[in-house]
This record gives sequence, structure tokens and C-alpha cells, in this order.
Amino acid sequence: MPQVFIVDYGVGNLLSLKFALEKTGLTAKITPPTKNLKDADAIALPGVGNFTAAAKALEPVKQALVDAVEAGKPILGICLGLQLYFEDSEEGPGEGLAFFKGRNVRLTGPVKVPHMGWNTLQKVRENELLDGVEDDTYVYFVHSLYPVPADKSIVCTQTEYAQTFTSAVASRNIFGTQFHPEKSGDLGLKILQNFARAVAR
Amino acid sequence: MPLAKRIIPCLDVTGGCVVKGINFLNLQNAGDPVELAKRYSDEGADELVFLDITASSDNRETLRDIVEGVAKAISIPFTVGGGIRNESDARLVLCSGADKTSVNTAAVEKPQLISKLADLFGQQCVVVAIDAKRNYNVQEGRTTVETAKGECWFEVYTYGGRKPTGIDAIQWALKATELGAGEFLVTSMNCDGTKDGYDLELTRAISERVNVPVIASGGAGKPEHFLEAFTKGKADAALAASVFHYDQYPVPVVKEYLRKMGVTVRS
Repeated sequence: MPQVFIVDYGVGNLLSLKFALEKTGLTAKITPPTKNLKDADAIALPGVGNFTAAAKALEPVKQALVDAVEAGKPILGICLGLQLYFEDSEEGPGEGLAFFKGRNVRLTGPVKVPHMGWNTLQKVRENELLDGVEDDTYVYFVHSLYPVPADKSIVCTQTEYAQTFTSAVASRNIFGTQFHPEKSGDLGLKILQNFARAVAR
Repeated sequence: MPLAKRIIPCLDVTGGCVVKGINFLNLQNAGDPVELAKRYSDEGADELVFLDITASSDNRETLRDIVEGVAKAISIPFTVGGGIRNESDARLVLCSGADKTSVNTAAVEKPQLISKLADLFGQQCVVVAIDAKRNYNVQEGRTTVETAKGECWFEVYTYGGRKPTGIDAIQWALKATELGAGEFLVTSMNCDGTKDGYDLELTRAISERVNVPVIASGGAGKPEHFLEAFTKGKADAALAASVFHYDQYPVPVVKEYLRKMGVTVRS
């Protein structure tokens, strides 16, 4: 059974992600940041924490992570995990993994922040991560920042909340969602199953 | 499409069972927490709240087992509160699979707990629960609201509604927001268990003043009450217990009504 490493760079709820990934048939292991990724068939960067603290926790293993992903290991970044794919963040100092050019900015406008609750996805382009996911379906968000990719071709879905922001990206083996698939009911599980299929391939 | 309004069943847990009372008294057994959680999640609840209403140090293990059981059984967000006194209590529930933790008495007594939890776990994890009761004895310095029964202010109660604090609920909400509260769970003690509807003045007074989501709680008896909470009360989410437990108005019935009335809800 393929094994996914859930990288623990802070504190908070990682068990939900572990349970959800295991429902797709993957084995999930919660691990501190590590350079030793040879037993990992895939990597998950979970969604709890602060950009600066997470970037700092990943710093010693950053090169190993980047090398593994460049070598083709599938990676799923959720919420903060997705934001770490970019260069930096308005949340605070620190360098992301910079898989993609772009930065993370704060939600603004006459709305409550954090953006917390169920909102809809609008597909911008097809990707295997979103197989079987229709336009206007609901997923669960909890965040105050969002990524602005320089290369728009990686954007898979957008969501409206006072602004139109990128809510899912994909490029080759790199997948990311601003929402929490592990908290998005059956639809979220479908997205995780799509990821598991990419891992098994 | 705008952010959907959330419908949140609440499960009051004591000794491993879900219970329900009226005005915080006369508790009755309403079932197994993991089974009920699974049922609500399958029915389309948007989130769940668990309150460990007889929380004490000796039932921490039971609580941990329940939280983990729920996290395994459902894939929607859930909050656990009741008896969260410090960081290690919060860590226990968050590391057992809960997404958020709610604090009430401990936050009133040590407001810095809110900022500590927000720094450690993120603002989105910190729900500040406020139990409030109308006080028609208007004094200087209170934030008052005009109601059908006259001018009143809202007083914060702690220890499961047993202890009046003299603290103004609206002012407390503003202070807690500054400290890093990510959401408010506002329960009206006057309305709780009555099934006569939420305290819309209380809900609106807080929701209009803070820039984080507000969950209305206490008093839901029929679908119209949920509608009022969102329209007149300006709530972002509405919580209820007995209407759901005893199948009077299951979650899909409430949501269908709201949809028909033009409220955005998750399908």
C-alpha cells in the first residue's frame, strides 16, 4: 500500500487528514520534517499553522523536499501547505518552498475574516485532482490569506469571497488546495481519492 | 455565490453520552455521540459542536476517545469545548482530531488564554463561547439594546450558566476579538431550551460589531427560527440541539426551508 508522509510543522489537527487519506487506501504517517523521504511514496503538507513558523520548521529539510518533488514524488498541499508552494507571504517573514513564483496575500474587503465555512468551486481548467468535481460544489475553507500565482496556467479552480481567488492548483505531480478536502464531506474524499490515484500510478 | 450559512447540530456530552436539558437543567439522555455525529454528517450538517458539560480532569480519557471516534467517523469540521482551562486541555482535543476548541469560563477569568491559544494553534481554532442573559437593570457604561421588553444589556455568565459575572457581553466580544478569537458561539440563556427562537437582538448586536463569524445558539424550535437568525440576527451560522436530536426537524428539512426562502446553504 503506498505510504504518504504528513509533515507535522506545528500543532493542531493532523489526525483528520490521516483518517481521510487512509479512507482512500493510502497508508498515512504523521512525521516531523525529515530529509529521509525514501519510504514516502507521496507527501502531504497539512493546513494548520502560521507561514513564518512553518517555513522555519521546513528550512532544514527544504532541499530534500524540493529534490523529492522535482524527482516526481506526488505532493498535496492543503491551505497553509498550498501557500508554502509559493515564495513568501504577507502573514510574516520566511521563505516558502518556491515550487511556483508568486506570493500569499491577505483577504480584504467588506467580509468577515477568516473566510470560514462552505463556499463553491469554479473550475478554470480540468485536472485529474478534480475528476468528478462539478462547478458550484461546496468545499470547506478556513483561511485569512490566499496565494497569487504568477503563472496562471497552474490554477485549476477559483472561489469568490469579496475577491476571486485561486482555490486549487496543479502542475505535474504538485497538487494544492486552499480548502480542506479532509473536511469537505464526500466531495472532499473524492478529491483525496483522485490524489491517491495519482500516487498509485 | 456567497459563503453558505452553516447549520450546526450541538451535542452536549456527559459521561460519554449526549444529553439535553432546558435552561441548562433537567438533563435527558439523547444517544451515543459518535453515532449521532455520523448521522448528522450524513444528513448534511455543515459542522458539529461538542460540549463536554460536566468536564473534569477524571474524564479526559473518555473525552479523548470520543473526539478520536468522531474524527474517524466524519469528514466535516467539529469543535470541542467544555472545561478547556489551559493550553494543554486545548492541545488534547485538537491533537485527538478536533478542528476547533471553544473556551468560555477560563477565557473570561484569564483573557490572555485566547491570545495564547491563537498563537499556538491559529486564530481559526479558537472559538470563544459566550453564555449571556438579558439584564434590564441598566447601568452606566453598559452597551444597551432596545428590545420589545424594554432596554437591556447582556450579562456574561460562566460555569455553565451558574455564575453571573457583571461583564457586558458585547464589550467582552470586542475585547476577545482583539485578543485573537476566531469565532463566537453566542448562547442566550433566556432562550436556551425554550424552542421560542434565538435572541436576535443579542446575536445581531455582537455579529454587527465583530469581524469574525458568529454562531447563534439557544432557542431554535422550528425552521423559521434559523431563517430569523440569519436575516434579523445577522448570524453566520446557527446552532441547535433538541430540534435535531428528536427528529422534529431534521437538518435536510431545515436546509430545504432556508433554500426556499433565499438563504444560501450548502446542498
